[in-house]
Amino acid sequence: MLYREAGQFKTTYSADQQIFPILQDRIGFFVTMAVAFIAIPMFAGDYLTQTIFIPFLVLSVAAIGLNLLTGYAGQLSLGTGGFMATGAFAAYKLATSFPDLNIIFVFILAGLITALVGILFGIPSLRIKGFYLAVATLAAQFFLLWLFNKVPWFTNYSSSGVISAPPMSIFGVFVTGTEASHTAKYFFLLVLVTLLALAAKNMVRGHIGRAWMAVRDMDIAAEIIGIRPLQTKLAAFAISSFYCGIAGAAWAFIYTGSVEPLAFNIDVSFRILFMIIIGGLGSILGSFLGAGFIILLPVFLTNAPHMLGLNIPVDIISHMEVMVFGALIIFFLIVEPHGLARLWQIGKEKLRLWPFPY
Amino acid sequence: MDFLYNLLIDPLVQIFTYPIFALEVLIGGLLSGVMYSLVALGFVLIFKASGVFNFAQGAMVLFAALFFAGFIDTGLPWYIALLLTIGVMVLLAMTIERVVLRPLVNQPHIILFMATIGITYFLDGFGQTIWGSSVRVLDLGIPNNPMEFGGVLINQFDMVAAVVAGTLVAALAVFFQKTRVGRALRAVADDHQAALSVGIPLKTIWAIVWTVAGLVGLVAGIMWGAKLGVQFSLAMVALKALPVLILGGFTSIPGAIIGGLIIGAGEKLAEVFWAPAIGGGIEDWFAYMLALAFLLFRPQGLFGEKIIERV
Repeated sequence: MLYREAGQFKTTYSADQQIFPILQDRIGFFVTMAVAFIAIPMFAGDYLTQTIFIPFLVLSVAAIGLNLLTGYAGQLSLGTGGFMATGAFAAYKLATSFPDLNIIFVFILAGLITALVGILFGIPSLRIKGFYLAVATLAAQFFLLWLFNKVPWFTNYSSSGVISAPPMSIFGVFVTGTEASHTAKYFFLLVLVTLLALAAKNMVRGHIGRAWMAVRDMDIAAEIIGIRPLQTKLAAFAISSFYCGIAGAAWAFIYTGSVEPLAFNIDVSFRILFMIIIGGLGSILGSFLGAGFIILLPVFLTNAPHMLGLNIPVDIISHMEVMVFGALIIFFLIVEPHGLARLWQIGKEKLRLWPFPY
Repeated sequence: MDFLYNLLIDPLVQIFTYPIFALEVLIGGLLSGVMYSLVALGFVLIFKASGVFNFAQGAMVLFAALFFAGFIDTGLPWYIALLLTIGVMVLLAMTIERVVLRPLVNQPHIILFMATIGITYFLDGFGQTIWGSSVRVLDLGIPNNPMEFGGVLINQFDMVAAVVAGTLVAALAVFFQKTRVGRALRAVADDHQAALSVGIPLKTIWAIVWTVAGLVGLVAGIMWGAKLGVQFSLAMVALKALPVLILGGFTSIPGAIIGGLIIGAGEKLAEVFWAPAIGGGIEDWFAYMLALAFLLFRPQGLFGEKIIERV
């Protein structure tokens, strides 16, 4: 009843091809946008913005990036952390070498540099696939982190190996550095994420997204119907790395402010993989849902013993957290292997009839 | 120019100037490669029989080592501790089969892979919740000092590890070739459906495979634990076993052994002779790069099955 598309007729092709063809989806989208742009900055305090919303936005960019590669193009990658580190360090080098460069260009150029690195490490995907490829992308992870750790040029010869974002502004408002307010950071990220997500959504609906999905479903068949595997796979690696690079730059510049290579270790890669699997492979919405889930889960686990009134030593809690995290991952995979996005789809189906039986 | 000299010429000069030293490095590398093979074996067993890429193998190594060292620290004699740990690993295998694998039958491989990463987190947390995260020393009474064989120094502990690994592989080979269960395992590895249709109970077989992998993990855990101390970093050993796997092929036991030898030797030689030229600490990624370069020429690994694809 609530979610009925009956009676919504389309009279033009453009109306038929819009991103949200159903009225309820459009309302839902604008409500979400209104909440994100108006309600959250008004009501969420600095603490919530800094600990939940900013990392959520940053990691959802990375999740979208990995989802394009793994969910749409079917190339399993465990090198996300390495690509994020590339983005962060590229942005740092750009921002310190060209102080006058606008932060938007810094981020975009950092993304492009990461895309080049991504293409380089994507070349093996032309020969190998599946788990062989996943293990091969670990090479990117370890090699890139080692590079940023060992070559002092990347950190401008800082003795600790830590990079700190220089203060940068956009339209006269600081968005990085210590002077930046959390609200300014939040808005900057939100606009960035909205644009990137819309771009991703349009990409996967278009020519290139269809080519990716064809390669994912069966690459030989895709080749036979005239999709070039070389260009398609490398484009997937490039665009995915572009997103990951921007996510890494945003992580270093906006979320933490200063970062060392180890912050992008293999754990990060796994977490982002969890996000897209729990959120839903091959779904942009799923990337957001998964990012939210993986961000909120540790917060919940840390606070749960207090809420229950249990008094457990801190080190045991941290081990238990890891344990429960693993158990919940398995639980979610068993309950809904296709992720939260699939649950949302099932919910929509139910809402078409609800509250009537049929 | 200097850099190129250090990278291309100097290492070779050194190798030919100090052939005994180079030989020692090579043998040390081969022996440590055997240790990688021990971990890689567990991966291969499970991948062959169920097509699951078991990322939790490293966690199982840590888990087994933690329980073994923990039981010994409580004052039990080693054989009882060993029996108890074997019991724990069997129980673990059965639980994993019942709780994780059975509900996920027929799911895509990536989902099973993610589930094993979940198992990894769970086992890491569980083992450390019970036994704590402090480093435990596991003393097996094997001297850890070099011995001389015909002018070449070789670490005794590594020799023992190599013998243990050799025995293990021989035992596995006998188990797979000569016993009824072993034949059933090979049948399942070849074709699940055909195996089912001749009456091989798939679920039991999977539990057995995970048990065997758990026991291999136990052996690896004991050897690595005695070498490095039983601690969290043991789980990271698994990351070293992955390039061994892709080099040797996911489905081949001899591949795991030979891959381990190549990776171990290559890594040690590179670390000693080439690393100074490019900044050191290259052990983290050298194995991956070696495997990656290798894959470009042989995508299925050294001994992996060539996959024939049809549309």
